[in-house]
Amino acid sequence: MVPRRILCLSALLCSLLLTGNAMAQTQNVASVKLPHLQKYLNSKSDTTYVINFWATWCKPCIEELPNFEALQKQSAGKPIQVVLVSMDFAKDLEKKVVPFVNRHKLQSTVFLLDEPDQNAWIDLIDPSWSGAIPATLFVNNSRKQRFFIEKPITLAQLQEYITSKFPQNP
Amino acid sequence: MKKPYYLLLLLSVFTLLGTSAYKAADGGYQVGDTASDFKLKNVNGQLVSLRDQKEAKGYIVTFTCNTCPYAKLYEDRLIQLHRKYAAKGYPVIAINPNDVTASPGDSYAQMQKRASDKKFPFVYLYDESQEVAKRYGATRTPHVYILTKSGQDLKVSYIGAIDDNSGDPEKVQKRYVEAALDNLLSGKAVPQTSTKAIGCTIKWRNNS
Repeated sequence: MVPRRILCLSALLCSLLLTGNAMAQTQNVASVKLPHLQKYLNSKSDTTYVINFWATWCKPCIEELPNFEALQKQSAGKPIQVVLVSMDFAKDLEKKVVPFVNRHKLQSTVFLLDEPDQNAWIDLIDPSWSGAIPATLFVNNSRKQRFFIEKPITLAQLQEYITSKFPQNP
Repeated sequence: MKKPYYLLLLLSVFTLLGTSAYKAADGGYQVGDTASDFKLKNVNGQLVSLRDQKEAKGYIVTFTCNTCPYAKLYEDRLIQLHRKYAAKGYPVIAINPNDVTASPGDSYAQMQKRASDKKFPFVYLYDESQEVAKRYGATRTPHVYILTKSGQDLKVSYIGAIDDNSGDPEKVQKRYVEAALDNLLSGKAVPQTSTKAIGCTIKWRNNS
């Protein structure tokens, strides 16, 4: 009998290796439901999640995506994770989202949130969110830090929010 | 019996006035606020004010545009809403607040073209200064404000989405705007006075 913990750990390692590998070539974008997003929202780990809501049809969103990619790159080795949540319709996943993600070689975590009844979950992300995109939530539950912005963000602003509101060694 | 009611009414009027003044500064209207009228140019060149439409019981004021895929997905549903409710006293008043520099597809000429291509049965107004959108607190397209006439005032009765499925009209479960209007028309309270939905952010002028 292999202890359960070791099994879990090796499964995790394998999946990490696999994702790392897939990311080097083409990124497979999953269509997910709310609980998948809530794993990030409710995570207890000391990681600052930068969760950006975007869509391939949203011009200001696409314009700011390189900023998030740059932040992710700069944050290598740090407990900061960019998560790009596509608001595209599920039926456009293969036709629009996957080609977009691969054409732009996005390296951050990307998935499509397939929850058409948006009124049911927008407030869970942040009560101040009207639903306009782009919108970005910074969350680190272990530090009880949370910051939401319903506007396009520059790389300088991203860095400033991270350093001022989510300092690594407070 | 009469006096307390009167006092209560007076109190609620003051509360309302208080909140509306406060909320306007705070970024737009909330349900229950008194909305102000405007004068905007329609695609036919005429200036339109809400008070011009004397027979209306209220309005389905909708911030929308030519370019946002979500707004486009709702064009046909807006036409249906107007067809169904204009005769009952609630016409659709479509307003395009997007800045033409940020979004060239939302120019007045493009609005005229879209209105004629889609044969909009409702007015399609150009909020060139973006002041109406700012005053109302609109943030995205489409963004609906149902206004109800109450004496000389216009009361905000509903703010939010048209229904619960932008992508697929066939799969709509909850028709928020229709539910609000049906209740208003039968003199009942609106069950859900505000909802949220994903939409395109309004393209604000750069210096604003």
